[in-house]
Amino acid sequence: MVLLLLLLLPAFSAIIVSFLRGNAAKGVAFFLSFIPLIGTLGLLLDFNQLEVYPTYFAEWIPQLGINFALKADGLSMLMLLLTSILTPIIILYGFADEKSESPHLMNSMILFMQATLIGVFTADDVFLYYLFWEAALVPIVVIMLRFGDQLLRYYATLKFLVYTVAGSLVMLFAILYIYFLMPEGERTFFYANFVDVALTAKEQGWIFWAFFIAFAIKMPVFPFHSWQPDAYVQAPAQGSMLLSGIMLKMGLYSMFRFLLPIAPIGTKVWVPYVMVLAIIGIVYGAVVAIEQRNIKRLIAFSSFSHVGLMAAGALSFSYLGYQGTMFQMFSHGINVVGLFIVADILGRRHKIFVIDQMGGVRSKAPWLATTFLIILLGSVALPLTNGFVGEFLLLRGLFDYNIIITVFAGLTVIFSAVYMLRAYQDTMLGEPHRPNQVFADLNLPEKVTLVLLAALVIIFGVYPQPILDLTAQSTKEIIELMAKKNVEIINMITY
Amino acid sequence: MDASLITYIVAIPLLGFIINGLFGKYLPKSVVGLLASLCILIPFALVLPLYGNAYNEGSERIIFKLFSWFDVGKVHVDFSFQLDRLSLLMLMIITGVGSLIHIYSIGYMKEDPRYHIYFSYLNLFVFFMILLVSGSNLIVTFIGWEGVGLASYLLIGFWFKKVDYSNAAKKAFIMNRIGDLGLLLGAFMIFKSYGTIEYAKIAELAKNGLGSTVVDFIAICLFIGAIGKSAQLPLFTWLPDAMAGPTPVSALIHAATMVTAGIFLVVRFNFFYEISPLAKDIILYVGLATALFAGLIGIAQNDIKKVLAYSTVSQLGFMFIVLGLGAYTTAMFHLTTHAFFKALLFLGAGSVIHAMHNEQDIRKMGGLRKKLPITFITFLIATLAITGIPPFAGFFSKDEILANAFQKNQLVWALTLLGALLTAFYMFRLLFLTFFGKFRGGEEAESHLHESPPVMTIPLAILAVLSTIGGFIGIPAVFGGKHYLSKWLEPLYTHQYLEKLHAHHLDHNTELILMGLSVALVVVIAIIASRVFTKSTIEDKEAKGLSKILSNKFYVDEIYNTLIVKPISYISMGVWILIDRLFINGIVYLTGLLVQITGTGLKYIQTGNIGFYILMMVLGTIAFLLLNTVTNLF
Repeated sequence: MVLLLLLLLPAFSAIIVSFLRGNAAKGVAFFLSFIPLIGTLGLLLDFNQLEVYPTYFAEWIPQLGINFALKADGLSMLMLLLTSILTPIIILYGFADEKSESPHLMNSMILFMQATLIGVFTADDVFLYYLFWEAALVPIVVIMLRFGDQLLRYYATLKFLVYTVAGSLVMLFAILYIYFLMPEGERTFFYANFVDVALTAKEQGWIFWAFFIAFAIKMPVFPFHSWQPDAYVQAPAQGSMLLSGIMLKMGLYSMFRFLLPIAPIGTKVWVPYVMVLAIIGIVYGAVVAIEQRNIKRLIAFSSFSHVGLMAAGALSFSYLGYQGTMFQMFSHGINVVGLFIVADILGRRHKIFVIDQMGGVRSKAPWLATTFLIILLGSVALPLTNGFVGEFLLLRGLFDYNIIITVFAGLTVIFSAVYMLRAYQDTMLGEPHRPNQVFADLNLPEKVTLVLLAALVIIFGVYPQPILDLTAQSTKEIIELMAKKNVEIINMITY
Repeated sequence: MDASLITYIVAIPLLGFIINGLFGKYLPKSVVGLLASLCILIPFALVLPLYGNAYNEGSERIIFKLFSWFDVGKVHVDFSFQLDRLSLLMLMIITGVGSLIHIYSIGYMKEDPRYHIYFSYLNLFVFFMILLVSGSNLIVTFIGWEGVGLASYLLIGFWFKKVDYSNAAKKAFIMNRIGDLGLLLGAFMIFKSYGTIEYAKIAELAKNGLGSTVVDFIAICLFIGAIGKSAQLPLFTWLPDAMAGPTPVSALIHAATMVTAGIFLVVRFNFFYEISPLAKDIILYVGLATALFAGLIGIAQNDIKKVLAYSTVSQLGFMFIVLGLGAYTTAMFHLTTHAFFKALLFLGAGSVIHAMHNEQDIRKMGGLRKKLPITFITFLIATLAITGIPPFAGFFSKDEILANAFQKNQLVWALTLLGALLTAFYMFRLLFLTFFGKFRGGEEAESHLHESPPVMTIPLAILAVLSTIGGFIGIPAVFGGKHYLSKWLEPLYTHQYLEKLHAHHLDHNTELILMGLSVALVVVIAIIASRVFTKSTIEDKEAKGLSKILSNKFYVDEIYNTLIVKPISYISMGVWILIDRLFINGIVYLTGLLVQITGTGLKYIQTGNIGFYILMMVLGTIAFLLLNTVTNLF
């Protein structure tokens, strides 16, 4: 029941907010977005002691075996937590720009987005999952079209839309294929039954690709990424935050939820090739990021590089790799939202996103410089920031899989420092590009969001265990599902 | 002894960082400086009884677990500390020399508007450095390892408005990160092979194992980490650039403490190096090459801090030479004495720079001994110490290095001696150019010359005392000494190693001859330098041949720029434009175009005729079924 409330609350909030105007829309949206956070934290309080996962079940279309079934295991809870932490922060950041247009539409769409995302992360019925997966496109497309303030927003949105829908269709085909493999009369979209369907190795081979392409586009993994820099740059700040902070986690989440349990043999067969794609993504994204002059695009490529690492972890057949990836999904969300806030503050003040036109901000806005530095350190995975533990476990898991792969993946340690420190230097240090450049210090919403995010970076860096405990059980269950189909992970007995 | 003291030793500098960082700007400068210094002095006062206790009780190590940091499957990482003789020795140096440098900074940074930020960073550095040496496992050490890199980044680029300075800071961080990747890979291999990351447990497990490729892999990876942090070939170029930071920072971070982390790491893992001759050889040759390379560059530099920076690189090279020879105690010995005299040299240089109003070119100095008597005397003592004149600290440690090199073979000894002579040459050149002869900076500058205030000269004096007597912790048997330090560090090593160590000893006569020879040569060089470098004018002639190459530092930076930095930049732009925009995006665009064209063509079959639609549907179904049959055949 709690899950249903968590899902419906943001949806209702979205409707309420759409009737408000101006600052009231922002304020009410901010207030309402707190309720899911409280609910999630309440669920988390004794989550590890629960004997059964929280679920919700209602029949929907029994003729087709479609149910309105929700369930939250540890991985779902992690994603719920991420969504419900980031949504209020993203909404709060909306206060920073007092002249923003149609805040009711923006905030209503953010809340709508939250509802669909919670749906994706808790759906226990594959049909329902697919529905939310597609529904999540609506708010982001509206945001990009309405608020993307540059000429290229149509181009970027169309590209994004075509890409993701194409991926979704391939996935839909695979879902239906599996559905029709079930004996007639027993067909159901219920997750547990769905995963149980016996697939031949050959079938798993192509089903792997059907799912993988859909998820790879969403994340994105090389070479399915060409929508991403455009979308991140053209979307308004809050849109980029939603896309990169939460939405791309849909792809990674789904890899764990569907790809590995449904087609573990297919995964095993194709991993050597796909792993190479992931590694190319890591190096490619990082190398391209080095020379980017548009700070949003730089963050886009940095995120692309990090996602490559997470994809590699999800494909590492190692408990440590899985756990590290999940932790990283959480930290990356926090860090990338922080980076986009910094980028937007810089961009709005300078009226341009090109870092060559910035500089010397540190002496004018010390809070910005400090919080940017902390978030940046999280992003380059310095120990005691949230980026470290995930990256460490992830690389450690990859190390079991293959040492050479780990060395290449580990290049992120060096490259991330290169492009991030470069961006920091060009924006914060030195002298301003124009000597009489005015740069207002942070206003309250900016300060609060950045300080909150910086605090999260350090809190989860110093004390990561709760997050790791949260996903431990569900990771083991995923591994057991894989084992059912005779695919064992490395060091199965001891994880 | 009460191991929980370590929590305070770690926490107090962190507290200093937080207080000064957040509230420093509201506090008067005197409070800021005093608070920061106390935050290092108190830990120093806490280390002393721990050290004394360890000496009396002789226990091997005490481990104090603060909390379990992360615990995933087979990976348990505790946030825990280990107090043993190695970490205590390092803690003594860090907090002891660190306090002196904090106090000195009160005077040196007096005029700086960002005084409180400076001190908070300095405290932050000490916090991470303490973590580095007192972690009970490689991961806690790694926190410190990366953390000191961060503090070093912040302090090198402290005057962030100057682009050169922030470039230097960035370079230091990135070059360190190259090494860090090596360290990380080594940690993974240790984890994988031994299932633990705790030093004590690894040492126990490694005892029974024989050398193998795994051990070689670990030992070399860890050494790559050490190369980055301790500025050895080929990752040394960040250290000279790091001189952009305030001079006390150079003394603390880039001379006495952080850069010695690589040596600490190798000593910590001495049991691996003992069973990996390959890694030891690599260390020996890297150290040797670095010692000579940096020494050569040092003789042609004219910036007082650059000379000292190359000297540091070179001295670290000496430490690695003996690590490669398996003489870990000797490396720690030289590390300790070097911490004293090099910190003193840097602080002395700072005093000179202070008096010269930020002039760092030694060609514009000269004759400073009269105007800065305390600085001069302490600088002189440090110079005698580093060049190895008895009975100053460096004499004993350097002699031990040479004796060890001689035991390996004559060539290694000769090259090491050459390195020591280069040291003597650039140091005496520096000393005479700065303090002797006539002042060459013009009358205007001369009238401003002044000795530094006591808050700066007292630390100099204390360090001078340490540089004088510091060597007595390792008086060799040839002088009837007991070599306190080697007794102190004995519990670090395996029994096999100690047995081997006691079996090999240079006979006393040879040792005395070697000693006499090196001291005599150093004295000769000192005399030559006193003739050449006390002239009142310096001919400003164009450097040619070798000296041009030397003064341009073998063009290493230029080579790295041409071979690595620029190509990466071009590749980045090339990949972005050619592959990302033109190729991948081009394909996407063409696909879109194709769909559009097909769509335009296909729209003519939308006839609105239902019969036609049904026909198409049937045909489509048949085609699909056929396709299905065909694919099932394979």
